[in-house]
Amino acid sequence: MSDHNSSGAHVATVKLLLIVWVALMVGTWLTVSASNIDLGFLNIWVGLAIATAKALLVGLYYMHLRWDKPFNSFVFLGAFFFLFLFIGFAMMDSAHYQPDLIPGYSPGMGD
Amino acid sequence: MAEEISAPGGDAPVDHTASDDNYLTHGKGILSWLFTLDHKRIGVMYLVAILSSFFLGGVFALVLRTELWTPGQTIMTADTYNKMFTLHGAVMIFLFIIPGIPATLGNFVLPLMLGAKDVALPRLNLASFWLWLTGATFAVVSIVVGAIDTGWTFYTPYSTTTNTAVVSMTLGAFILGFSSIFTGLNFIVTIHKMRPEGMTWFRMPLFLWGIYSTAIIQVLATPVLGITLLLLIAERTLGVGIFDPSLGGDPVLFQHFFWFYSHPAVYIMILPAMAIMSELISVFSGKHIFGYKFIAWSSIAIALLSFLVWGHHMFTSGQSGLMNMIFSALTFSVAIPSAVKVFNWLATMYKGSIRLAAPMLYALSFLFLFAIGGLTGLFLGSLSTDIHLHDTYFVVAHFHYVMFGGTVIAFLGGIHYWWPKMFGRMYSERWAQVSAFLIFVGFNLTFFTQFVMGSHGMPRRYYNYLERFTAYHQASTVGSFVLALGFFIMAGYLLHSLVGGEKAPANPWGGATLEWETTSPPAYYNFKHDMQAGDPYDLDALQWDPQTKGYVRKDPRSVLLSAGEAS
Amino acid sequence: MSDREHSSDGLAVEHHFENADQQYQSAKLGMWVFLATEILFFGGLFVAYAVYRANHPEVFVFGHHFLDKNLGALNTVILICSSLTAAWAVRAAQLKQIGMLKLMILLTMLCAFGFMGVKAIEYNGKWKHGLLWAGQYDPHVEDHGEVSHDVIGEEIPENAHVEVVTEERVVETSPAQPAADADRSAIAPAAEGPAGLAAPGSAEAEEAGFEIEPANAQIYFSIYFLMTGLHGIHVLGGIGAFVWLLLCARRGYFDGGHFTRVDMVALYWHLVDLIWIYLFLLLYLID
Repeated sequence: MSDHNSSGAHVATVKLLLIVWVALMVGTWLTVSASNIDLGFLNIWVGLAIATAKALLVGLYYMHLRWDKPFNSFVFLGAFFFLFLFIGFAMMDSAHYQPDLIPGYSPGMGD
Repeated sequence: MAEEISAPGGDAPVDHTASDDNYLTHGKGILSWLFTLDHKRIGVMYLVAILSSFFLGGVFALVLRTELWTPGQTIMTADTYNKMFTLHGAVMIFLFIIPGIPATLGNFVLPLMLGAKDVALPRLNLASFWLWLTGATFAVVSIVVGAIDTGWTFYTPYSTTTNTAVVSMTLGAFILGFSSIFTGLNFIVTIHKMRPEGMTWFRMPLFLWGIYSTAIIQVLATPVLGITLLLLIAERTLGVGIFDPSLGGDPVLFQHFFWFYSHPAVYIMILPAMAIMSELISVFSGKHIFGYKFIAWSSIAIALLSFLVWGHHMFTSGQSGLMNMIFSALTFSVAIPSAVKVFNWLATMYKGSIRLAAPMLYALSFLFLFAIGGLTGLFLGSLSTDIHLHDTYFVVAHFHYVMFGGTVIAFLGGIHYWWPKMFGRMYSERWAQVSAFLIFVGFNLTFFTQFVMGSHGMPRRYYNYLERFTAYHQASTVGSFVLALGFFIMAGYLLHSLVGGEKAPANPWGGATLEWETTSPPAYYNFKHDMQAGDPYDLDALQWDPQTKGYVRKDPRSVLLSAGEAS
Repeated sequence: MSDREHSSDGLAVEHHFENADQQYQSAKLGMWVFLATEILFFGGLFVAYAVYRANHPEVFVFGHHFLDKNLGALNTVILICSSLTAAWAVRAAQLKQIGMLKLMILLTMLCAFGFMGVKAIEYNGKWKHGLLWAGQYDPHVEDHGEVSHDVIGEEIPENAHVEVVTEERVVETSPAQPAADADRSAIAPAAEGPAGLAAPGSAEAEEAGFEIEPANAQIYFSIYFLMTGLHGIHVLGGIGAFVWLLLCARRGYFDGGHFTRVDMVALYWHLVDLIWIYLFLLLYLID
């Protein structure tokens, strides 16, 4: 089923490439539709979930992580870990000092 | 216990004679250097560039210390003084200490320690060097067209509004950041993919564990500096307003962005120094390193924990009380792996046969000075005491003890250790001792007084000061000139060694890592044979050979026998 | 500079590598480490986004009305197609299908140009209406009396009340004024949007659900231009890389099956697509 190339690296089949493409298109349609429905605070999380699913498809199949050495995935995911650390701490700090600055300035923080 | 000790290099005879055709002579002319792909030449070029930057940063230091001889104006105006301390910081940090050990000794030694012919991505390595040159050019341009006065930390809103050459300096730092990133990337790939047969992760020299941990930080933290500087440039040139309160921005956010990189950056500075320490302490105690795995894992721990503590630079910035407490608590955790290393080095020295050669003098200085620097970091990491000490000379003293007393001292130790390998010459041991002594004395005279005056309230970055601090400042200034003298002497005997020094044997110190298995200096191809890994700290396998005035491998059979007896 | 040996299937191995596999795996790991750095590089902007949106959701809700969801979705589709063609290009290079490889590279570049074209249209629309980053934020309608339907995505209903630029604009563009300022809210909304803005207080405005411009609305546009601008620069870089690949292909570089370069450029390109997937969600699909 999968074609071979002399170096032994995995070669993606046309079928696989197209299936993933269709899935990505569906995902795009889904995410746009979901944004037109009011789900309150859930909207952003639904959107992020769909975006992450699409990212996984691109990463695993188009970027070959599925067939690569696991360390490459570890490197990529590791970067996200540190990014979330940065976002998390910065947002936590902001949440706690913004209300002290100007009353009514930061409605998003329940002020 | 009596494991089979395979001699590195297999059974092939080791070439001890210094060859006239080595990497220094292979290929002539400046273009053969500027376009080289040889990691050794790149390392040497970096060494010249970085030591020149150290000299430049040092000149700024002497100038500002001279100004501080008396309160009020001594030799310059306050505005000029602001530029002097800013440039001292920016040059020392971005041009000298961040590239520092990895770009110079790392580049030279890493492939040799792996028995490899080069790093994994030699063209990228050259690109890193050219990026350094480019970044340095922008920095020099900034200095020439009027310099900056923001402090090396570029805090907004002053940095977005001041009328000085901020854009060219930040552009320079941005480009230098990419040089750092690519070096780190190269080292990670090299260590992962190019270890020789038999060299598992835990048979690697600890120098490589340190370089590897540094590379992790370089790769993860520096991009954040990149985007921070880019945002600063965008703010100044386009007015994007991200950090400008009048446009709806938040200046404290700049500090989060800046310190997310700059705290891990200080571990980029210290980890390679600690990496050198493991080599020096072991070799010059004549003993196997104690606690190999502890030291290896502590390097990784430092790299990871370093990302959790950046807020301790922001205790007085308006950061929330909650985050202040969290960051203070986390800061204590990062002291632990550093302490683990110090204890393991001390245990290595215990009952060893200590040789007080120049590299060891620096290693011992490091132990003393880094201990002080590290412990004073705890004073600063404690939230309550930091409120009193923040932005005082206590902070200045702390970071000079770790960056200078730690990193620079270890760097000097490493230079003296690998000098014979790099250039095939021995330097004058007597003059090296004089220089090391002057540097140790000068350093303490310069910076110890700063702890005292800082805790008594002397603020940092101040041009003027109260009369009662005069004695401290003057002692500090005298110390800085003693330091300068020490470095001047060092430049003298090192340069002299290049032309008049004794020819160096392959292994002058008795190290068991692979770089000592080839000639001094190495041939451009590094090794004649495929190298096999042994225990990098098996110093008993070596003995002094009076003929070559260096160390050679003992007969492997006699080594096996004695190991059998020992168990 | 480095003498290249060739293994039996035509793959060139550099002198410092032991074999072709070590060379390939090194390149791969190197590229993944580089992608990790890109995550953190862009990540800084995502941090700024997160902090500002958490503090001022009203600014983001207001600002995103001036982005056309359809154009954003079109760009998403374009980039997904380009990822398909890039992945296909790798396959073609692996199988020595040079003609297919060149075709796929060209299609990827076509998509990339398409993306930049749509971006140009969007940016142009913003510039025309002064919806730029904070320092240049100067929202205004076009000052001819006619309402234009030509500006794609910014449908301006026939009956929209177009206020000619007056001296009141001077007051209005001072960004620090709070939204509650009575004078400010009486001024006609500066920017036109798909909601079909009309003079506030009029019935159409109520029906259209037009919100009063909140204070510091310009921050949204700062973030928008920073994020999409940086992304756009990376797209341009990708185009350059694909041009390079095309030149290599024409020189016969890939004839022997040495596909690593295509693989590496494609990995970079997929990352560019990945980042856009999140940008589209976070900038366009807010509600």
